[in-house]
Amino acid sequence: MTAPTPTPTPAPPYGYVSPIPVRRAHLGDALASEWTKIRSVRSTVWTLGTMVLLMLVIGLGVGAVAASEGGGMSEDSALPLGFFGMLPASICVITLGVLTISSEYGTGMIRTTLTACPSRSRVLTAKAIVFFLLVFTVTLVVAFGVATAQVAMVDAAEPTGAEWARATVGAAGFMALLGLLSMAVGALVRHSAGAITVMIGVLLLPLVAALFMFSPALKGLQEALFTYSVPSQLISLYSARPPFGDSGPAGWETLLILAGATAVGLGGAFALLNKRDV
Amino acid sequence: MIEAVGLTKRYGAKTAVYNLSFQVRPGVVTGFLGPNGSGKSTTMRMILGLDTPTSGHVTIGGHPFRRLPNAPRQVGALLDAKAVHGGRSARNHLLSLAQLAGIPARRVDEVLGVVGLQDVAKRRSKGFSLGMGQRLGIAAALLGDPQVLLFDEPVNGLDPEGILWVRNLMKKLASEGRTVFVSSHLMSEMALTADHLIVIGRGQLLSDMPVKQFISANSADFARVRTPEGEPALRDKLSGVLVEAGGRVLSEPDGALRVTGLPLPRISDLAHGADVRLWELSPHQASLEEAYMRLTQGAVDYRSTDDKLAHLQAPPQPGQPGYGMPPGPSAPADAPQQGWYAPPPPGQNPYAAPQPPAAPAAPAPAAAPRPSLQKKPSDTTEDAR
Repeated sequence: MTAPTPTPTPAPPYGYVSPIPVRRAHLGDALASEWTKIRSVRSTVWTLGTMVLLMLVIGLGVGAVAASEGGGMSEDSALPLGFFGMLPASICVITLGVLTISSEYGTGMIRTTLTACPSRSRVLTAKAIVFFLLVFTVTLVVAFGVATAQVAMVDAAEPTGAEWARATVGAAGFMALLGLLSMAVGALVRHSAGAITVMIGVLLLPLVAALFMFSPALKGLQEALFTYSVPSQLISLYSARPPFGDSGPAGWETLLILAGATAVGLGGAFALLNKRDV
Repeated sequence: MIEAVGLTKRYGAKTAVYNLSFQVRPGVVTGFLGPNGSGKSTTMRMILGLDTPTSGHVTIGGHPFRRLPNAPRQVGALLDAKAVHGGRSARNHLLSLAQLAGIPARRVDEVLGVVGLQDVAKRRSKGFSLGMGQRLGIAAALLGDPQVLLFDEPVNGLDPEGILWVRNLMKKLASEGRTVFVSSHLMSEMALTADHLIVIGRGQLLSDMPVKQFISANSADFARVRTPEGEPALRDKLSGVLVEAGGRVLSEPDGALRVTGLPLPRISDLAHGADVRLWELSPHQASLEEAYMRLTQGAVDYRSTDDKLAHLQAPPQPGQPGYGMPPGPSAPADAPQQGWYAPPPPGQNPYAAPQPPAAPAAPAPAAAPRPSLQKKPSDTTEDAR
């Protein structure tokens, strides 16, 4: 403040020019970077490996049980059996989604990242895209394999093309969106354990809470919780008609609802990430 | 070129940085000094756009960091050596950063070689020592071959060889015309590395000047004068004469006198005139470390006190004059020993008594370091031991 102006150093070469060619970084660079990040940590391998294992073991196990029971479900196809593997697998996706962003906060890596790329939106966009595509692809492949096995094992109605699409593309999209929502929550909460807890709560609490709503006054709320809880939505995804009563979403509608929730979550994450200190 | 203007950052009621204005020029290493918790890292984060200033602004090459075109190619930073995902290998960590910034991947292997981590590039950084972590952080800063470099405590945890390497690296980078801004709380390190110093305490600017000027403005030369042992009368006589002649005299515990304000020949003449023999008359200059301590001592947030273990000690023996007891009624004041600081030089020294503008939420302004105040209770106990 009151410091005397220092004598200027004898004409230093103003500025330094790097011999490495300078080019503007863009979203493609950020995507490559996020791909490197997500493939180079063990948590990705562990969570996705566990997810695949759960889907395979539970899906094939349920298929075997249903096959031994014999054609008890002649009206429906065998595809909705995929739900039983999807539900536990969703916990793995939630964990990976949260860790994708919160591990950066936990380790302080986020500061290094945002120093290398001041455009915070670009970083989050790249993370979201890479994570979505990774989870979508893995889930799609495994879900298709499990569904094929289940259809082959269980003596049931031949599934239609629409049913196939919902059980594979739809289910993979559902999982990837759920993971994306977890990522948004991770970016908002910035703490791994906290964000995972929040997401497990979102996943299971409505259903558990609805179980204990015995009072008639809470009947409406109980039904809403049953219908719109994440596991019920996942069940609804597999069916063309609302599976719980006459109202409620079914089929692709559930995906739209989840996409809406994810969009809200991501919107909040973008806004806060740009505003907050890191 | 980094330029901060009126930079202020508040976290709730705590003011971390208050009204900080400075410039960091290219071509020299600029040291950024301050005690722990003085706001160095907060300032660094604001420069990098990670934290938004409450008021004021900071620009790099005329732009705020977040609006800088090709920021990673212009600015490289080491903020925290531990700010890496421990599960990722050193190479993948750097590769992800290089990809993010649009830097060719072969540059990763180059910087790994520069910092000497090529042999452990495939290892997960969780197992790295603090020194290896610092090297990895420096590698990340160098990745974009940038024009502006910020290093927050780069030598923490490095071995002597590593410290020497960092020191030479900083100088080399600056000599290439880059802007190098290095924070540290180690004055001794900065004395060897930096050309220019910016000192802050409690978030406020205390000093902004070249190192040489900093030393001369903040250190005080003094003369140590020793009179024959066992003749306290001579000592008292001499100190009286010196005070009369306009000098300031402090007593050291071993009986020597510390004289300021008088040149050595004059002290010699005065002693000769007073017919006092001298056993020692030696010039002393306070080091940069001492100058820094004196400058910032009013702005230290975390200060340790003596662990006295008083309740365990035997009561002092009565009638046994302790070491450092005042030799006579006219004895000069004791020079503070523990954490002593050279007395302020004669004449004006605006930095010796920083009177920062009172921040609304800032803690009390730093007390002017006066020698009489520097005699802390701990000094007395040490002397009496």
